Amino acid sequence: MASEATITVESNGRSFALPTVAFQGLPSTLCKGCGHNSITSYLIEACKSIGLNPYQTVKLSGIGCSSKTPAYFLQASHGFNALHGRMPSVATGALMANAKLVCIGISGDGDTANIGLGQFKHACRRNVPMVYIVEDNGCYGLTKGQFSATADLKAHLRRPTGEENTIAPFDLCVEAIVGGASFVARSFAGDKKQLVPLLKAAIRHSGTAVIDIISPCVTFNDFAGSTKSWEWAKDHEEPLQDVGFVPRLAEIEVEQKVGEPVRVQLHDGSWIVLRALNHEEHDVKSRASALNLLEESLRKHEFLTGLLYVDTTRDDFATALNTVATPLALLSDEALRPSPETLAKIMETI
Amino acid sequence: MSTTSSVAEPAPARAAAPKVAPVVNDLAIRVGTVNGSGSQSANLVLLRSLYAMGIPCSGKNIFPSNIEGLPTWFHIRASARGYGAHRADPDILVCMNEVTAQDDVSELKPGAICLYREDFSVDLPSLRDDVTFLAAPFYKLVEQAYPPDKTDKGYRDKLRKVVNMVYVGVLASICRIDMEAVEQGVRREFPGRKAKAAEINIAAVHTGYEWAQANLPTNLPYRVERMESTQDKILIEGNKAAALGVLFGGTSVLTWYPITPSSSLAEYAEGFLKQHRTDAEGRKSFAVIQAEDELAAIGMAIGAGWAGARALTATSGPGISLMTEFVGMGYFAEIPVVIIDVQRMGPSTGLPTRTSQGDVLKMHLLGHGDCRHIVLLPGSVEECYELVIEALDLAQQFQTPVFVATDLDLGMNLWLSEPFRYPDKPLQRGKLLNAADLERIGEFARYKDVDGDGVCYRTIPGTENPMAAYFTRGTGHNEKSGYSERPEDWKKNLDRLALKLETARKALPAPIIEGDPSAQVGLLAYGGSHVAMAEARDQLQEQGVRTGYCRIRALPVSDEVTHFIERHQRVYVIEQNRDAQVTSLLKTTLRGTIADRLVPVTHYSGTPISAENIVRPILGWEKNPSGPGWPTGDVERDNPHASHVEQPSPE
Repeated sequence: MASEATITVESNGRSFALPTVAFQGLPSTLCKGCGHNSITSYLIEACKSIGLNPYQTVKLSGIGCSSKTPAYFLQASHGFNALHGRMPSVATGALMANAKLVCIGISGDGDTANIGLGQFKHACRRNVPMVYIVEDNGCYGLTKGQFSATADLKAHLRRPTGEENTIAPFDLCVEAIVGGASFVARSFAGDKKQLVPLLKAAIRHSGTAVIDIISPCVTFNDFAGSTKSWEWAKDHEEPLQDVGFVPRLAEIEVEQKVGEPVRVQLHDGSWIVLRALNHEEHDVKSRASALNLLEESLRKHEFLTGLLYVDTTRDDFATALNTVATPLALLSDEALRPSPETLAKIMETI
Repeated sequence: MSTTSSVAEPAPARAAAPKVAPVVNDLAIRVGTVNGSGSQSANLVLLRSLYAMGIPCSGKNIFPSNIEGLPTWFHIRASARGYGAHRADPDILVCMNEVTAQDDVSELKPGAICLYREDFSVDLPSLRDDVTFLAAPFYKLVEQAYPPDKTDKGYRDKLRKVVNMVYVGVLASICRIDMEAVEQGVRREFPGRKAKAAEINIAAVHTGYEWAQANLPTNLPYRVERMESTQDKILIEGNKAAALGVLFGGTSVLTWYPITPSSSLAEYAEGFLKQHRTDAEGRKSFAVIQAEDELAAIGMAIGAGWAGARALTATSGPGISLMTEFVGMGYFAEIPVVIIDVQRMGPSTGLPTRTSQGDVLKMHLLGHGDCRHIVLLPGSVEECYELVIEALDLAQQFQTPVFVATDLDLGMNLWLSEPFRYPDKPLQRGKLLNAADLERIGEFARYKDVDGDGVCYRTIPGTENPMAAYFTRGTGHNEKSGYSERPEDWKKNLDRLALKLETARKALPAPIIEGDPSAQVGLLAYGGSHVAMAEARDQLQEQGVRTGYCRIRALPVSDEVTHFIERHQRVYVIEQNRDAQVTSLLKTTLRGTIADRLVPVTHYSGTPISAENIVRPILGWEKNPSGPGWPTGDVERDNPHASHVEQPSPE
């Protein structure tokens, strides 16, 4: 096999080569031009570029167009297409069973902001160590275009003359930050330069890493005037930072100087490097700053993208459980079942 | 400590008891109090004293869905014959709550004793002339034992709790309960730092005892004498027993959401796991999560089961409703998970603190479309322990949700039991392939029936082999778990799932069949109803009705149940639900005319089932089998004016 057709994977202190096909998936059955397909290709690129071990990775989803995404990448990984809005609980359970797994959850705006808002926010609250991607197009594609809870106020249903949305949306980044997620970003399916490093950093982050990605629905929500269309997003995107990702082997100057990029070290030693563009005043480590920024951008009708908030000091949920080193799923009989003497002792106390 | 008994005036015993022959070691006591009044310790002391005297006994809380202020009752049964089930007609009533006193008195057996607070405004003795009424100055007595302390702001509240120990002392005198056993019981209730409280409570017991010795008749009929029948036995709640099953079944992930009556099961389980599965460095070989709701609790358990954990969740009826969609998915995606349903009275929130077997059919069929699940039906605290372990193994072996159906009566009440046995087989892992297995076999399709038994092989995430990964989905799939809407794929898969359940059916805990195989009458029961069956069968025998008895321990039922029904002309199916759910299930599955032999006996008032709830309707039906509808055990509730005297009674 030619060397360019393999990817070197480093996992648990050893390295091995896997064919690139292990990182790919089935052909997409989504509409041609769907933003979700772009996100899938960036995901594949991010996983390949950091040499993610597909065997130790799980990919989960809820229900909707977005839920198909796990079938389209990392085919050497186990996938789980769960119930509508309830992917977070399945992911939480899987990580309890095996805290060594890397978990990539894919959801949509209907899945997360409507039926799944509770599970989404509780995953954030627990800081479940997972990448939580929302492929956000402001509508229900699979059921033909109804509004979701991220549809903007005064957005139109299906066409420029369609029914107007009279209910203000949830901002999933605000919900994630308030909920307690330790890594919150917004991006755009058309911004490969920003999204690939964000995805890499999110995968390396230990905690709930939410990326709300505006991902236009070409069939039901890609008309002139839609705030979730390709054209609108391209025209209005205002990146917060230039985002770079540096793997853990690089030597990085820790001390930060005025006017220099902000560098945030992730748990495994790699770094995310953020060079602020317009909002130099924003402190990416401050929840209050992030919420202010989002409030301000909402007022200005800005489509602000980039890393909004990150906290690498808080324990993730798996760490907080304080389980033995061996994944619970792999424990021996002896570790799982106490001895006959233990039962006898318990019987004496009853 | 003051033990003066002369302060309070003697209470004259009004109305002579019609029965004076002593009744020894066959006793039903009911204590009526108010929720939150601290009577639980006193009641447990009474129960443990009987246990310490070697007399088979059981204890039950009949409590409202309320924290403080509503009426609550504690029932104690002591029976030399080992009967532990509920008896609705107590021999001795302790009335501490005036609100319910009149109703409580109306349910007493003729010849019974009613001990009540002398400060009641209602004239209880005027209500019945076949009951011995004993008024006691409980509050005067407790103030002797625990004199007022002006420096103690919590005095009144403590007094209110300590007063309960006075009736323990009075009952010890009336029934001749061993005072040494009572004292030991008090010290057990107030261990360690509560030792000072123990002494105050013991003083209260003595005050009651000495007052009763001085002022009450000493020849009352209901007595206890030492026996040797509780040696080496344990007194335990079903929820604690099931929690031990969680521990010894090797559970690695437990998820739950608080709901009565299952919360204590999860709390006990977490306690046992923390104590016995934490290593020297404080690291745990388990994870317990109190989820945000039942939707998440089952989702987490399913995620954990999928990823290879021995996963379990515990809930009750309304929780099962919320879990429905995930359980259906778990069936179809074939994920091992155990769900314990400690049943309470529905529908919906229904009677949250009353017992029922109303979820049985729902558990069996939960999901939408064609779903059938394994349901295990423990009939004792010992089986609560054993069948939880069995369920964890079966879930792995058959890669499917497995239910354990207990109920509030079994789960939250105290029962006498043999100590539990250590599991006699290793943890079952089922058809699980690791990386080396895949290398050896060279192929893997998640939903392919390789062995012809409907049970496929699975891999878990983290298996380092290029063949291991598959895509789990609730949508239609082919053998390789690829999305498929092809009719042949769909039907083949659904038929295989039916075959898998048929394979499982033969591996489930067998029914227990006993009694007279040649009897015309068969009795069929399941779950917590079993606690009343031995007594019911003895009573039927005394009335000339010989019976065979089959206890179902799992759904779907085994062929032995069919053979049992074939051997009897009439088979009464005892059910604690209105619609005779298991009878309905059997009628849809049994062949030929034997289905017509089934006659349901239903009890669904929310109260624990008693032998009388079983015997009376069966005797009625045996006399007049052409009557309309089917028998019900709830005669007393249906007809509060039914005369007690006319009812058949074993005494």
